[in-house]
Amino acid sequence: MDRIPILKLGGALIVTIQVDMHDRLALALEEDLTAMIARTGARGVLIEISALEIVDSFIGRMLVSIAAVSRVLDAETVVVGMRPAVAITLVELGLELTGIKTALNVERGMSLIQARLLEDDEGHGSHRDDFED
Amino acid sequence: MSMDGAEVLSRTVTQDEAAILEAWLASLREGASLQSGRIREAELQTQAKTVFGQLREALEGGLDADGGSFAPLRETLGEISRSRAIQGFTPTDTANFIFALKEPIFESLRRTAGSDASDLAAGIVAVGKMLDRLGLHTMEVFLASREEVIGRQGQEIAELSTPVVRLWDGILALPLIGTLDSARTGVVMENLLQAIVDEEAEIAIIDITGVPTVDTLVAQHLLKTVAAARLMGADCIVSGIRPQIAQTMVHLGVELNVVSKATLADAFAVALKQTGRKVVRQQAAPTVERR
Repeated sequence: MDRIPILKLGGALIVTIQVDMHDRLALALEEDLTAMIARTGARGVLIEISALEIVDSFIGRMLVSIAAVSRVLDAETVVVGMRPAVAITLVELGLELTGIKTALNVERGMSLIQARLLEDDEGHGSHRDDFED
Repeated sequence: MSMDGAEVLSRTVTQDEAAILEAWLASLREGASLQSGRIREAELQTQAKTVFGQLREALEGGLDADGGSFAPLRETLGEISRSRAIQGFTPTDTANFIFALKEPIFESLRRTAGSDASDLAAGIVAVGKMLDRLGLHTMEVFLASREEVIGRQGQEIAELSTPVVRLWDGILALPLIGTLDSARTGVVMENLLQAIVDEEAEIAIIDITGVPTVDTLVAQHLLKTVAAARLMGADCIVSGIRPQIAQTMVHLGVELNVVSKATLADAFAVALKQTGRKVVRQQAAPTVERR
C-alpha cells in the first residue's frame, strides 16, 4: 500500500496530497504524521490539498482529527490550496473545519507557520531570560 | 341522409381545399402579424399550407383534436407558436393564425352543404370545437415558451447581479443586491471562491446594503459563504447591515459570528489594516479646522 510522503522543512512538516484520498490512505497519513511530529518535534504542519478534487465526510473528519492530534503534540495545522468546489462541499456537509488554519497557497501557509515559530522562539527566549534572572 | 360532423368536414376540406386555403391566406395577410413585418408572406404561406395539409390528413382519422391522427398537426402548430413567442408576436397574432381558418371553412361548408341545414349545423359545430382546441393548444405552447424565456432571463439576472469586484490587491468586495435564496447563494459562493483563487485574495468584503431582509435562512446562507471562503484561506467581513435589519436580526435571535462593519468604507479600512496598509492624506486638509 502506498503512503503519502511527509517532508520536513525547518520546524515544519509538509504534506502534499496528490492522489485521490481513500479512507485507508487517510488513516495511514494520520498515523505517519503523528509519529513524525513526535520524532522531529515539529511545530507546524502544512497540508496542501490543491490536487484533491473529491472529498467526503470521512476525509473532512480526518483533516479535523489530524489537526486535533497535532495540536495535542503542540503543532499547528494549516490546510492550504483548497479548491472552491471542495470548500463548498465541506460547508454543505457541515464540516467547517473550525480550529484549523487555512491559507490560499503554500507561500501564505508557510508564512503563517513561520510567524508561529518566530513567536514561540521569542516566547522561549523571554522565558529563559526569566529563569536566568 | 344526414352525415355526422367529421364526414361533412372531411368532405368539405378535401373538395374545397383550394378555395379555403385561398380565403385563409387572404385573412392572414390582413392580420397584424404580417403588417408588423415580423414574418414574410412567403413564410406565412408555407406555414399555412403545411398546417392545412396536415389538417386534411388528421381529419381522416376523426375529429378528436387530442387524438393520435392530430399529433403531427399539433407538433407543427407547437413549433410555429414557439418560434412566434421567441420572435415577440402578440398572443392575439399567434392565436389568430389558427382562428382565421374558421371563417373560410364555415363559408365552404355553406357552399357544399347546399340546402341541407342539419349537415351544415353538424359541420359548423365540429369545426368550432376542433379549431378551438387547436387554438388553445397554440396558446399553451406560446405561454410555455414565454415562460421559458422569462426563466432564462431570471437566471441571467441572478448571475449578473452577483459581481465580485477587486478593491485592492488581495481585497475583494461582493456587493449583494436582492434577496438571497439558496439557488443564488450557490452562484454567489461559486463566484466568490473562484475570484478568491484568481485574485489570490486574503480578504473578502460581503456588502449586504442591497439585501432587503435578513431572516434566519439568509443569515445561514451568509454564514455558509463565509465558512467556505475561510476554508479557502480568505477572511470575510460583512458590511452594510442597515439599522432596521440589525434590529430585526437581534429580535429574531439571528447571530452572525463574523466581523461586521456598518459601511463598506469601514470594512475596507479594516481590510487595509489587516493586510498591513494604510491610507494617508498627502496634504493637510486645506481649510477645515479640526478639533
